[in-house]
Amino acid sequence: MAEGYNFAYLDEQTKRMIRRAILKAVAIPGYQVPFAGREMPLPYGWGTGGIQVTAAVLAPDDVLKVIDQGADDTTNAVSIRRFFARTAGVATTTRTAEATVIQTRHRIPETTLTEKQILVYQVPIPDPLRWMEPRETETRKMHALLEYGVMHVKLYEDIAHLGRIATSYDYPVRVNGRYIMSPSPIPKFDNPKMDMMPALQLFGAGREKRIYAVPPYTRVESLDFDDHPFEIQSWDEACALCGATASYLDEVVTDDAGSRMFVCSDTDHCGERRDFGHEGPWAKEIAQ
Amino acid sequence: MMPAVAFADGALEDTPLLSVRGLSYHYGRQLGCRDVSFDLYPGEVLGIVGESGSGKTTLLSCLSGRLPPGSGSIHYDMAGHGLTDLAGLSESELRVLMRSDWGIVHQTPRDGLRMGVSAGANIGERLMAIGARHYGEIRAAALDWLARVEIPANRIDHLPQSFSGGMQQRLQIARNLVNKPRLVFMDEPTGGLDVSVQAKLLDLLRGLVSELGLSVVLVTHDLAVARLLAHRLMVMKSGEVVESGLTDQVLDDPHHPYSQLLVSSVLQV
Amino acid sequence: MADPVIEVVDLAKSFTIHARDGLTIAVFNGLSLHVRAGECVALHGPSGSGKSTLLRALYANYKPDRGQVLVRHGQNLVDMASASPREVLAVRRLSLGYVSQFLRVIPRVPALDVVAQPAIDLGTDPNAARDKAAALLTRLRIAERLWRLPPATFSGGEQQRVNIARGFSVDYPALLLDEPTASLDAENRATVGDLILEARERGAAIVGIFHDAEIRERVSTSIFDIQSAKRAA
Repeated sequence: MAEGYNFAYLDEQTKRMIRRAILKAVAIPGYQVPFAGREMPLPYGWGTGGIQVTAAVLAPDDVLKVIDQGADDTTNAVSIRRFFARTAGVATTTRTAEATVIQTRHRIPETTLTEKQILVYQVPIPDPLRWMEPRETETRKMHALLEYGVMHVKLYEDIAHLGRIATSYDYPVRVNGRYIMSPSPIPKFDNPKMDMMPALQLFGAGREKRIYAVPPYTRVESLDFDDHPFEIQSWDEACALCGATASYLDEVVTDDAGSRMFVCSDTDHCGERRDFGHEGPWAKEIAQ
Repeated sequence: MMPAVAFADGALEDTPLLSVRGLSYHYGRQLGCRDVSFDLYPGEVLGIVGESGSGKTTLLSCLSGRLPPGSGSIHYDMAGHGLTDLAGLSESELRVLMRSDWGIVHQTPRDGLRMGVSAGANIGERLMAIGARHYGEIRAAALDWLARVEIPANRIDHLPQSFSGGMQQRLQIARNLVNKPRLVFMDEPTGGLDVSVQAKLLDLLRGLVSELGLSVVLVTHDLAVARLLAHRLMVMKSGEVVESGLTDQVLDDPHHPYSQLLVSSVLQV
Repeated sequence: MADPVIEVVDLAKSFTIHARDGLTIAVFNGLSLHVRAGECVALHGPSGSGKSTLLRALYANYKPDRGQVLVRHGQNLVDMASASPREVLAVRRLSLGYVSQFLRVIPRVPALDVVAQPAIDLGTDPNAARDKAAALLTRLRIAERLWRLPPATFSGGEQQRVNIARGFSVDYPALLLDEPTASLDAENRATVGDLILEARERGAAIVGIFHDAEIRERVSTSIFDIQSAKRAA
């Protein structure tokens, strides 16, 4: 752990303030709690909200995993993981099953999480109503008074113009039958994982300075119409490396001729499957 | 369809829908309106006429909940609750009332529409807000209302920005009537529209008001509009009601000097 | 003797014109009159004596200074001079018809609907109401090709006939007629006379202004002279 930093970078008073906000958020599932976000050594848009939440909940014996679009080895994930290694000295891992705190941008791990884990999401725009109503004073009232007609207007517009609900990520959900929440830009494929998840889910938006939460085993329902029910994405292909057919696949272009392959977005999940002997159609080729 | 004013045997509905007593509003030291009292029954159209500065818009704002009344009372016959003092309602209850039981047609359609959302969505929003969850049914209701306000069905997915002023106004009306309100507030609904467009809109309003048994509080400076749409009139000047009564009686036999002035000032075609 | 359908008690009317420094024009003072079912009272007096004013006061279009205008409405008598606007409108819808001197034209409404509207407002089936309207327009010799058109472009005589048809589209117990045959030719005048007699036959109480002596002779059961405020059979 580097010299001259308080544990996990933030001072104790700040962490206490954030924890109070988190408690409030947990007590009111899906409700956006304002918090006094601090200046972090990254610009807005790079996960400062998630980092502050993680910093507030981290304990010395925690094991931290950080992913970005499902991968542990992208620039952001690597930076944030190293940041906490330096300022908190906590153990880090790429294995979902071994982590106690997982900070994520834009994906939920494929592996089912447990009651002993905390999932911290990085959120750009916390308010699902913002696209329709720019005034904060108005959106607060709309949330308070359950004026959510506009959310279905958005879905209606999709169907009217495109024949189906086109929203494929940051798909709005209703939490605990009360607040409508933005689940952050995770693909709608991941929405069902949020429903009755055993782990605690925390959401941090640094620029907007909001924290919200979904406590363990809470109902999270994706909005839809009776005659246009919520559907998740599916692929014709399986993962080229591990052969998974039930995970979220990224499309990778492999050469100038436009060949492409599909691989699991969740790198840990894919690796684990391969360790167990699963093989995808390209596994042998890539091994060479 | 029988207008809601009277029962078949001629007996009249006893409970007013809206009951106003001594309503006053001041903007600081400036008088907005003073001591206005009236009862409005189901199916009645009340016209409030006057020139600029008469207080009619202030009165409408107080009645429709956009301004808190300075003094006096407004009672509304809430479904299942009877005559209820609006001042006693919480903000959330008032907003629910405004969404479900009332309609407000603004003079400028832009104030009453969502310009960034299609015509169909504008009409469907109120339905979705009260829990409609079947896309097909919502769209069918939107098409039905577009037909009723004479907007071509093929405009359903277009944005209101692409509509003419008259069409935007008709869309605003459809948006406000889709949830079958009992009371509608209208502020100069034909203001700024071309004459032929006005005629179409007025004809539409006349028909809808009668068909749906709406109660309406209609603010206008145009006496011809008042004559066509209103059952009763209140003439306002400098914040006060100077004359009120049956529409044709106030317009054909005005008693107050200001009413006489107003009526005699209207140019004949 | 049956009770009157219309009873006027001590009616007084004047106009105060504020633009002329409160100049007051007295029209009549202390009129009383009653009309029973089946009677047709013709108002008589020179031009400006207040015949139209009286008729309008009966309809509550003008507000009298003093007195009562009692009209039978169902089982009750309603005083049109003091009734609330919605009571007046209820009486006008069910019990008291009025044929004015000129048709008030509303844009876009076809002639057939103009005539059928009073019946539709009462809850009559719209098709039945339009059928009756068509029959009346036919009797009054308005060509069928005009029925779909708004009357704004009709001649004065045609507009008046539409107005009359409208007034007779509902069988009102009481009926007010202001110069119903003005601007009509002989044939149509005769038809209007028929309509009035038929109304009397079914028991309507009628008050009318008829400048045309022939019509007046034919349909009225008594004359009411405004200036002497006296009624002569």
